[in-house]
Amino acid sequence: MAAFRILLIDDEEELITTLVDRLEFRGLAAEAVTSGSAALARLREESFDAVVADLKMPGMSGTEVLDRIRREHPDIRVLLITGHGSGQEETPEILDGTYAILLKPFSIDALLEKLGVGQDG
Amino acid sequence: MRFFLQMLLPRRWAPGIADAEDLRRYRRIWWYTVTLTLFVSIAPLLIMTGVNHYLFRKTVKAEVRYDISRTLGNIARSLQFVIEERLSALQLLVHEHDQAELSDHDRLTRTFQNLKQSFGGFVDLGVIDVNGNQDYYTGPYNLEHVNYSDQDWFHEVTLRGVYVSDVFMGFRQFPHFVIAVKRETGGRSYFVLRATVDMELLNRLILAPGLGRAGEAFIVNRAGIMQTASRSHGNLLGPCTIPVPPYAANPQVVEDYDERGGSFVLGYIYIEHTPFVLMVIEKRLDLVQEWLKTRTELFVFLLASLVLIHIVVFWSSTAMVRHIRAADRRRAQVMHNAEYTNKMATIGRLAASVAHEINNPLAIINEKAGFLQDLISVTEDFPRREKTGAAVTSILKSVERCSAVTHRLLGFTRKLEVRTEHIFLPRLLLEVMSFLDKEALHRNIEVQTQFAADAPAIESDRGQLQQVFLNIINNAFAAVQDGGRIELGVAPAGDDRVKVTIRDDGTGIRPEDLKHIFEPFFSTKGEFGTGLGLSITYNLVQKLGGHIEVESEYGQGACFTVVLPVKRPALAE
Repeated sequence: MAAFRILLIDDEEELITTLVDRLEFRGLAAEAVTSGSAALARLREESFDAVVADLKMPGMSGTEVLDRIRREHPDIRVLLITGHGSGQEETPEILDGTYAILLKPFSIDALLEKLGVGQDG
Repeated sequence: MRFFLQMLLPRRWAPGIADAEDLRRYRRIWWYTVTLTLFVSIAPLLIMTGVNHYLFRKTVKAEVRYDISRTLGNIARSLQFVIEERLSALQLLVHEHDQAELSDHDRLTRTFQNLKQSFGGFVDLGVIDVNGNQDYYTGPYNLEHVNYSDQDWFHEVTLRGVYVSDVFMGFRQFPHFVIAVKRETGGRSYFVLRATVDMELLNRLILAPGLGRAGEAFIVNRAGIMQTASRSHGNLLGPCTIPVPPYAANPQVVEDYDERGGSFVLGYIYIEHTPFVLMVIEKRLDLVQEWLKTRTELFVFLLASLVLIHIVVFWSSTAMVRHIRAADRRRAQVMHNAEYTNKMATIGRLAASVAHEINNPLAIINEKAGFLQDLISVTEDFPRREKTGAAVTSILKSVERCSAVTHRLLGFTRKLEVRTEHIFLPRLLLEVMSFLDKEALHRNIEVQTQFAADAPAIESDRGQLQQVFLNIINNAFAAVQDGGRIELGVAPAGDDRVKVTIRDDGTGIRPEDLKHIFEPFFSTKGEFGTGLGLSITYNLVQKLGGHIEVESEYGQGACFTVVLPVKRPALAE
């Protein structure tokens, strides 16, 4: 079975490249892009199991990316990360489980847990 | 009375509420209003009263003049008539009878009796010959054979044919005057019929009605000697206090001033064929009854109007300034509220953006440190593995602490978005307390919580509630000594309300301050407080559909109780 493929989107390059390294340590196939449009282009070329997107980015925002993925690739699991929350957000979408949200900074274990990937995966 | 005065005059402004500049402004407005309103109300009133006064005085004067003129005419006509009548009677007598007939004493007496009966006023009657001897006399006195040849009146009557004398006392010792007529008996011979008339006849005529209390009528002769008695212008046969005016055959009315400066109105007329001048005088206009009465009424009315105008002007000006001041204070409060809200919003936005900006690099630090940890764990012979591992763990822990702070900051400032959420009050109180943890620790303040397990979550605005409780708890911290105690309590209150109590064992609130504690600008912290904190708190609680109360015993601490509805009322913002 092929490795679990994750696409990371954030304008903070330092963050996602390190994350890619760390995820690869854990045996996952991760890839990083720095904008929403690049991510969508990448998604059209190859298939991914999950997307981790920053909520606030220059150009296309995390929620826009989320919308597009919802329509184009409904089976991809989406996780939004943000530095602008208090942990008390209780929007219907979150409660629905349509997407998950994770506050920066977060531990890698929390990320994997939200993505539903075990440490062993 | 005191209350009444307070209605009319502006109260002393409570110190600390308005500064000196404001005080002067309100006083100026008050003075302007009072002066201007008084002026425009009183000036026309005074002018009208003055004009009225003048016109009425003129009317009264004209009336007095008219009265005098009429009375004068009436009396003069009567006098004229009475004297002419007697003069004519004597002339008839003297022409109808010859000297012989009048020389008979009995006949003369009979004629005199007839005369007395028909006309009245006659005292006696005598016949005087060309030499001035009274040959025949009839009357109460023994005056036969008296000689009048050297008396003025005898010469006058000889010269003119008729004569009416001044009043004199004569032998008879009562005031009377003489009417004499001459009869030519051919050649140079003549005789004179002489009658004396009691002055009482004329006195009766001049005691005419129609004169005011201060008015009277009297007769003087052309030399200014009183011919009748007067109350205040001279004794009988004494000089008159009023100089004799120039000759006038028709009634004359003049205004003059007496020696004391009082004005009087004088009417006079010269009586034809006599030495008499009839005078009618209305003394001192100021004493005319009608005038006095009306003038008093006028002044009473003026005084009453002035008092009423002053009361109304003072009352309305005071009420107006009070309203302006209340409006100013309301506006200032609203502005302060808006300013405060704005300030809080700005601080909130700033805090949020700072937290956000910090969270991103924090995430990088976190990942880099995590990556380092990963490296250590997969590298068998990592140099100084233990020490490096400990350092990395320490970095990760610090990141965690930092993120706790930023997350709390973001959570607190989220109140900018006004929206209704389900809020569990114990959790919210702890969140607020977390801002004061450090101070509590530092000052060794013990914070106790008593949260009832069955207190329901409420629908409300998180940010506004945070502000409410932060204000109250901040005040509690300010009130307690180091080592003091603060109790936070949450308990259900009825089915649809939740009660939050914040109790401290601090200084408490003075009884006289207790009722002002929620008023804007009221502060017991002196220069350190804006006096707005609790008033904003009060307004917020009201807005959220709840209410706030305070109990305190001075020196024993205070207890604030906030009761909030479980369901947010639809109308409240």
